[in-house]
Order: sequence, then structure tokens, then C-alpha cells
Amino acid sequence: MPDMQIILPYVFSLGIPAVLLVSFIMLNAMYLQLMERKVLAWMQNRVGPMRTGPWGLLQPVADAVKFIFKEDIIPAKADKWVFSAAPLILLVMAFGGFVAIPFGSSVQVFGKTIPLWVSDLNVGILYILSMASVGTYGVIMAGWASNNKYSLMGGFRSAAQMISYEIPMAFAVLTVVLMAGSLNLSDIVNAQSKQWFIYALPVGPVAFVLYLISGIAETNRVPFDLPEAESELVAGYFTEYSGIRFGLFFMAEYMNMLIVSLLVSIMFLGGWLPVQLFPDWLGSVGLVTGINRLLAMIPGVIWLLLKLYGFMFFYIWLRATLPRYRYDQLMAVSWKFLLPVSLGTLLVTAFMKQAGWL
Amino acid sequence: MINQIVFLYFAAVIVLSAVLTITRRNPVHSVLFMLLLFFHIAGVFVLLNAEFLAAVQLIVYAGAILILYLFVVMLLNVDRESKSDRANRFWPWIVAFGLVIFAEIGLLVARGSFPLEGGQIMNKTGIKELGIDLYTKYLVPFEIASVILLVGLVGAVMLAKKKND
Repeated sequence: MPDMQIILPYVFSLGIPAVLLVSFIMLNAMYLQLMERKVLAWMQNRVGPMRTGPWGLLQPVADAVKFIFKEDIIPAKADKWVFSAAPLILLVMAFGGFVAIPFGSSVQVFGKTIPLWVSDLNVGILYILSMASVGTYGVIMAGWASNNKYSLMGGFRSAAQMISYEIPMAFAVLTVVLMAGSLNLSDIVNAQSKQWFIYALPVGPVAFVLYLISGIAETNRVPFDLPEAESELVAGYFTEYSGIRFGLFFMAEYMNMLIVSLLVSIMFLGGWLPVQLFPDWLGSVGLVTGINRLLAMIPGVIWLLLKLYGFMFFYIWLRATLPRYRYDQLMAVSWKFLLPVSLGTLLVTAFMKQAGWL
Repeated sequence: MINQIVFLYFAAVIVLSAVLTITRRNPVHSVLFMLLLFFHIAGVFVLLNAEFLAAVQLIVYAGAILILYLFVVMLLNVDRESKSDRANRFWPWIVAFGLVIFAEIGLLVARGSFPLEGGQIMNKTGIKELGIDLYTKYLVPFEIASVILLVGLVGAVMLAKKKND
């Protein structure tokens, strides 16, 4: 069968990674919710969900069932088309961002090479940024179409916030791109094989903090969750949503957090490269080299996932710790602090790159 | 073959959403159809192997400019906008101009070749080559474009400034 000969390589290079990616996303979208509730509960001296399944493990399933079977109400005065399209746009853009993220170099399974990415785009990082920027439309559309003051306010706040924080975020990404000399995410990771970009003094740590702050603001999380500040805006832009549409907003939020955490790990913490206790290039001491060898034997995907969930934990930690910014403070942080610092970082990086110090 | 089908899909949606953008009475709907338009233009760029242009198209046009439009348009009173007249007294002039432009486009399409066979939009796809070209061959137009943007920026600040006399 000649047809099979043509199709089979695509199954291995595209089909299996795509299926793996979708199941990874769905599993995370469900279980990150449980992780958040559990971690929050421990931090507040509670136990969290315990009743559904052993140790509350079936809670996400129960939530999903409830979302699906609840009545899906569209307010009478709402703009029906825009109202129903909004959560879908948000979700599709979040899914779209994942396509370009590599989870490791390709692996050999039963003699077949299976890449751990769906599409290794040359402009990967720009593509993910563009998906994130289009995702903002979902939030604004939801706020406007609900025909509700609080929703509209939430939508407006979100639009202003996302536009403001996209700029320092883009500059932090550009700093990394300058250091790596490529927009391709795999190339960015490979460029860190000697030294992770977070250690690239003096600009690396600055760019890392800039990206992390703007990433948290982009995903509307505490302390930047002004668009859904419940004490002022009920629930912000998704006040009027119920049932599965509300569930979609939730999923999209967790997926965006995942993307930001993945990008931080890939751009600054060496992605799937193993942790090195004492970097090899500083000289080799017998014992340290041995431990480094041992750490390098752990598969790359596991390193990436460890870093990823570390950042997810950080997100939840912030939520349990920090109060919310006031709105003018939020804007001031972006325009008066992050933007000038990010511009300066970019300039210094460009200078150091030209001087050959990076 | 499959490229042509995909191209035809993109082209059809581009034309359709462009028409819907100017015919919808609700300005928010117009902006959203424009978003659809930008997306499909980015798709055409990808077909022409200009990935960088596609990403920039989405980031700059869809992610920045159009969101500001949406921001303004959402503040309009939709009910009043929907009932307002569709055209003002200059419509015969506008129609005449439109016909001229339409004829020009028709002429260009008739003379040109099918875009996918007409060569790639840039024969260098890497951003490195693009950057080198921008800063050497096309330096003057590039700098002029950035000065124009700066003028726009200064103009906006001037308009927004409080007048203390």
C-alpha cells in the first residue's frame, strides 16, 4: 500500500505528538484546579476537597460534570453571537499557543522518532505572543456582550491591562531572543546548554523578573486580577456566564498560566536541560561531575515539567499571599517601572551582545 | 493543489469579512469581522512562507491597533449608531472613487499571475536577512516610517495635553 507509506511518517511526526499534547492540556486544565484548591487550602490551614474520591482526586471530574449539566443562560439583552463566541476565542487562542511549544528534543520509541512538539515554528515565540494578544479579544468581547456594567468594566480593565503589560513582556522576550539569536524555542533552549539565561548577568535575572511579572499580569492572576476583582466587580467579565461557558473561561485561564510557566521555564531556566549543581564549565571536580551526570540521566521532559509545576505552585503561592493592586498602581507599575527597565535591559543586552560578553 | 484550496478559502473569507466589516450596523461587530479579516491575511502570509510577517500582522494589527479601535467603539452608543444614516451627502463621490479603485484592482488581477505561483513574498524568509535588508538597503524608508510614527505619537500627546494659558 503506497498510501500508508505516505501517511505513516505524518502519524509519527504529527499525529502522536498532537494527541499527546491535547491530552496533556486537558489533564492539566482539569487537575490544576484541584492543585490550586489543595495548595490554597494547605496554606490557609484547611484540607481542601476531600469528599469526591480518595483525597478529593475526583473533584475535577465532578466539577466538569456539574459545568456540563448546569443550565446555560444567555441574558436576554446580551449580544448572542458575540456572547457565545467570546469563550471560544479565548480557548482556541490558548490551545493555539501550545502548538509551538517544544517539550524536549525528539525521543526514540520502538525505533521510531517521535518529536515532542507539534510544530517547530521558526517564529515560535512571536507566534505564541500573537496568540496571547488575540486572546484578549475573548475577554473584551465577553465583557461587552454581556450587557452588564460590571462585565463591561471588567472587560475594559482587562483590555487596558493586557495592552500595558504586553509591552514589557515583549521586550523581555526580545532580550532572550537577542541572547539566543533565534526566535525558535528549541534554538533558545539549545543556546542555554552552557549557561541558563537567568544566570546571564546582569541582564538575565532582570529580564526573568520582568517576564514573570508581566506574565502574571497577562493571565489576570493575583495580584493583578483587577478584571475579576470580586469585591468591586462581582466576577468581572464573566459575571453573566454560567454552565459550560463559564467552565471554558476557567480552562482558558489555567491554560494561559501553563503557557506562561512553560515559556518562563524554556526561556530562562533552560527548558528541558537538567539542573547542574556546579556548572561543568567552571571546572570539573570528581564528585560534582558525577552528580551532574546522574542528574542528566533524568529525561528532559521531566525536568521541564518540574520547572513548569514549580511556577504553577508559585502562581498559587502568590494568590494565597498577596493583596490586589489598586487600579492606578497597576498602570503605574507597567508604564512607569516595567517599561523603562525593560527598554534599558534590551539596550544593555544589545551592547553586551555586540561587545561579545554574552 | 492543497495550497490552492487553502488559499481560495482564505481569499473567500477575506473578501466576505471585508464586506461584512463595512456593512454591519453594529460597530463592535464590524471590528470583530475585521479581526477575522486580519487572521486570514496572516494565513495568506503563512502560505507565502512569510511566517514573520504573519506573526507581526497578528501582534501589531490584531493585538494592538484593532484592540484600541474596539476600546473606542465599545464606548459608543450602539442603539444610536445602528439607527443612524448609512451614508452622507457625499455618497456619489465615494461611489465614483470606489469604482475607480475597483477597476484598478480588476486590472491588476487580470495582469498578474496567481499569487501562489507568482513567487514568494520575500525570497529570504529568515528575520536575520530581513533585518539586514531593513538596515542597509531600505534604511531611508525605514527611518522615514519611524519618524512618521513619532510624529503621530507627538501629535497625540499634544492633543491630549491640558492647555494652561
